[in-house]
Amino acid sequence: MIEIRNLHKSFDGLEILKGIELTVEKGEVVVIIGPSGSGKTTLLRCMNLLEIPTQGYVRIGKEELDVSTKWRYKEKVVLPIRQQSGMVFQGYNLFPHKTALENVMEGSVIVKKRPHAEARQRAEEMLAKVGLADRMNMYPHQLSGGQQQRVGIARAMALDPSVLLFDEPTSALDPELVSEVLKAIKQLADEGMTMVIVTHEMGFAREVADRVIFMDAGHIVEEDKPEEIFERPKHERTRQFLQRLQT
Amino acid sequence: MDMLSDRIIGIVVDSFLPLLVTGITYTIPLTFISFAIGLFLAFGTAYARLSSNKILYGISSFYVWVIRGTPLLVQLFIIFYGLPNMGITIGPLPAAVIGFSLSVGAYNSEVIRAAIQSVPKGQWEAAYSIGMTRRQARRRIILPQAIRVAIPPLGNSFISLVKDTSLAATITVTEMFQKAQQITAFTYEPLVLYCEVAVIYLMFSTVLSTLRSRVETRLERYVAK
Repeated sequence: MIEIRNLHKSFDGLEILKGIELTVEKGEVVVIIGPSGSGKTTLLRCMNLLEIPTQGYVRIGKEELDVSTKWRYKEKVVLPIRQQSGMVFQGYNLFPHKTALENVMEGSVIVKKRPHAEARQRAEEMLAKVGLADRMNMYPHQLSGGQQQRVGIARAMALDPSVLLFDEPTSALDPELVSEVLKAIKQLADEGMTMVIVTHEMGFAREVADRVIFMDAGHIVEEDKPEEIFERPKHERTRQFLQRLQT
Repeated sequence: MDMLSDRIIGIVVDSFLPLLVTGITYTIPLTFISFAIGLFLAFGTAYARLSSNKILYGISSFYVWVIRGTPLLVQLFIIFYGLPNMGITIGPLPAAVIGFSLSVGAYNSEVIRAAIQSVPKGQWEAAYSIGMTRRQARRRIILPQAIRVAIPPLGNSFISLVKDTSLAATITVTEMFQKAQQITAFTYEPLVLYCEVAVIYLMFSTVLSTLRSRVETRLERYVAK
């Protein structure tokens, strides 16, 4: 479903991703962990081209992109790839001038050009699925953080993406609101949705992940089943990172 | 003394309707038309200033620099009295519209540019993440939020324009202030006439301010109080 080869990304000469190789199978849930500044979020953002790689190959579904030194940004090249994935942001990024329902419908109507009634029905289903059927006509500022993030998930899902990308979906939430969002993500995982999740919630990573990737300093240091990573980490850096979380 | 007062009251009463009618037929349309064209220019200029195209950026920056750095009165004189020397003759009313529009465009392009930049980057990213093009993101997501930020300063600029249209009197447009000057010329009561016209300007600005607050309230409905 996702294939990434020799992916590099630099910002102003500083290399954040140093040759990432990654494959994600259909239906797989991959969780990326690692210290801040390790490049997890940048890697995720390269998957839907919110960041354009400096160099490398990205394939999502059937759409692919090979960035070489001569490559120049073109919207019509980027859009088909981006439309393969949905993204859930750390800060929700809901559209404040639209109701929850309108937030979820927006992509269906404007991007997919679905008829209004069909888009609405789809949006209502998605909101019901994340438990917000009774909050559909509220504006984002009238919702709690957890509710806003669940709208964010519904918004990403409404476009029927091949992959869902989560960028620290619970980091901005009050502790008591984390579980409702994790529950919604878990439900999608159980339904067989392909997902890549960047998170600091290790308990959740363990529970939901088919595979955990540990990143450090722009490299994938180690990847394995969650129980292997958390109980028998092979690399010293992974051990140190996990140890520091426990104390 | 009584006779004097009667005369003054007579002048005020007799001139009120002609002044108001001139205001409604000249000042108000001049304001609305110039503001509409000016806004159009302002959006174009703001986009040009935000674009990565160096030529567009250069032209728009030059325009804003020149118009903001020179007096409106001088600009009107150049357009109406100056351009005929180059063989370009423009009637008084079109000249006024051009002058005011250019001024509105330059000042408000900065307002609109700042408003667009005030929308958090995450809004662009969210729009892109659901597959929108740059145009779609700008029109559907960014502009509606930017306009809410821009409305109060745009409203100020609009009210200023109502008053600035009086400058058109200097290039022979028979708008409200010009009319007041004409009436003064045969009544010899400048204090009365100019105060009277000031009151009518005040009425216009007050009504338009109310209109502006209505628009603001409407646009604020989705913001947390």
